[in-house]
Amino acid sequence: MARVNFDHVYKIFGEDVYAVNDLSLDIQDGEFLVLVGPSGCGKSTALRCLAGLEDISRGHIYIGERDVTYLDPKDRDIAMVFQSYALYPHMSVRDNMGFSLNLRGASKADIKASVDRAAQILGLEDLLDRKPRELSGGQRQRVALGRAIVREPQAFLMDEPLSNLDAKLRVQTRAEITSLQRRLGVTTIYVTHDQIEAMTMGDRIAVMSAGVLQQLDTPQNLYDKPKNQFVATFIGSPSMNIFPATVVQNNGTAAIQGGENFSLTLPDAVKGLILDHKDEQINVGIRPEDIEVVQYAERADDDNTLRLPVRLVEPLGSEIMLHLEGPGEEPIVARVDPRVQLKGGDVAHVAFNTDKLHAFNPATEEALV
Amino acid sequence: MTATARPQTTEAAAERSQVLDTVMNVIKRIPFYLLVVVIAVYLMFPFYWAFRSSITPDADLFATPVQYFPNNPTLENYRAVLSDDNFIRALGNSAIVAASVTLLALMVGAFASYAIGRFTFRGRTPVLYIVLAMTMFPQIAVLGSLYTLITEAGLYNSLWALIFTYMMFTLPFTVWVLTTFFQQMPKELEEAAYVDGATPFQVFYKVLLPLAAPGLVTTGLLAFIAAWNEFLFALSFTQTPDKFTVTLAIFRFEPQTAGGFEIAWGQIMAATIIITLPLIILTLIFQRRILAGLTAGAVKG
Repeated sequence: MARVNFDHVYKIFGEDVYAVNDLSLDIQDGEFLVLVGPSGCGKSTALRCLAGLEDISRGHIYIGERDVTYLDPKDRDIAMVFQSYALYPHMSVRDNMGFSLNLRGASKADIKASVDRAAQILGLEDLLDRKPRELSGGQRQRVALGRAIVREPQAFLMDEPLSNLDAKLRVQTRAEITSLQRRLGVTTIYVTHDQIEAMTMGDRIAVMSAGVLQQLDTPQNLYDKPKNQFVATFIGSPSMNIFPATVVQNNGTAAIQGGENFSLTLPDAVKGLILDHKDEQINVGIRPEDIEVVQYAERADDDNTLRLPVRLVEPLGSEIMLHLEGPGEEPIVARVDPRVQLKGGDVAHVAFNTDKLHAFNPATEEALV
Repeated sequence: MTATARPQTTEAAAERSQVLDTVMNVIKRIPFYLLVVVIAVYLMFPFYWAFRSSITPDADLFATPVQYFPNNPTLENYRAVLSDDNFIRALGNSAIVAASVTLLALMVGAFASYAIGRFTFRGRTPVLYIVLAMTMFPQIAVLGSLYTLITEAGLYNSLWALIFTYMMFTLPFTVWVLTTFFQQMPKELEEAAYVDGATPFQVFYKVLLPLAAPGLVTTGLLAFIAAWNEFLFALSFTQTPDKFTVTLAIFRFEPQTAGGFEIAWGQIMAATIIITLPLIILTLIFQRRILAGLTAGAVKG
């Protein structure tokens, strides 16, 4: 078990395809770090660089105190779980799990003890003599995990290990992996494109886009204080509403104006920050749960309510998604109380929780703080 | 009355049309089965004829009317052939040559196709196509220069000459077939093995080679059959009966009867049947291995 450190790592394919662009990460001993981003953002490449399956173009990678930048995968003392599981089809479950120890030249008794221990942790005792093709998807996934556990490595690397499971099994296995990691205390780097997996599993989350690390923070901070518009919209489902608006000041109050009938007065806490951008156009962001129909809202007055036409109503049972006409092209999505009786074409009277407004520079998409 | 009669007539009509359908179905299938029979006879009859001739006493071989199965079947021809030292030695020679060729072709071929199938290097595609081109040369085209090579190397009239030259036609298709096998294997398997701590050589023989087993068996069998059946090189590079292979031994068959002036068809046919048996047995043993889809379950599929 060890710290893992990316020090200004670049991975450049060909002349100018920056798959990983100046990535610096400091992962603590025993931490569960999730690398998340849309496909092609470089998260898997970063993981493969750490595993030694890709050479890096610039920078250094450390596992513990060791500089492993130029080491072969076999010398890095890490274990990896692949999306496809990559079990050896000609070997039994027992041989699959014991393969790494076998290669290291461990004694038969030691291998058996380690495999039995891992099998017990994962509930695989009855499957040890089967071949991978005789296992279900969930069981194969466990064997792949077991193969990693048996190693007792410095770090676990997991490359979308849940994406081949069906939805129900995925939720269950998600919780199992998390508790397993807490129990074993092994530093884990987990790659996924699923922000829900990221939020539920990670101690910290690194959000990547186009090869660049966007933000590294705890799940809650990522949600509450996104550094830029990409992180704001990527984390959370449905994603944060973003619409253009102008900052105006009159009689000591500040407001954002998105159109003729679209004006929200800002509370004092937010006012100061945004007034620096007086008369400028900014991108305003607000999460769906921060918009509520007036009768169920905590606070509703002239300052924070608007009448907006309803485009679409999506009832989900526990809540209703209202798609409202906003100042931009995209509708504003509000997550409202399930008792609300509205249908497409109605006009909804909704209150915005203006304390939770986010503001972004429309050119750089950086948060205005 | 009419109300009850009508359903009966329709029932009868339905029955009649059902019968008609069955008949039509059978008629439609007749040409198919006819074709199957024609193909089967075309393929099997020569072999049957060889078998029939091998158990027919010499006197009855050319009897009229033709005996499709001999009236007095005998194993005399087999006894004669199997007591012929030259033929026994030829069987041994063929076994040595075919087995060595098979093993060498699989060993060298597996290494070559692992490299070609799993690594990218400069000149990879040209290498693959040169290998393919090798299979297209007629054997006779290289015979002259090979003869010089063999005599220069002092291998003339030795089994080494045959082992060496047979590699020329077994190796290219071994490489070609195994390369596709190696290429089809999921990359993650190899990567998992590397992360598990394997060296490239361990990845090769502990993970990839076992998965290529169906390919190894198939190509090995084909190499064995090709080497076992080879005639032209054996004819050109061996001289004395103690170095003959089975095909050559049959070609140069010296009959044990009639003072050596008669072509002993019965014995030749018996010898033919004997040398076919190993191939049939090998194919039967390995056919399950050839069919086995070993990669099932490797990755989610």
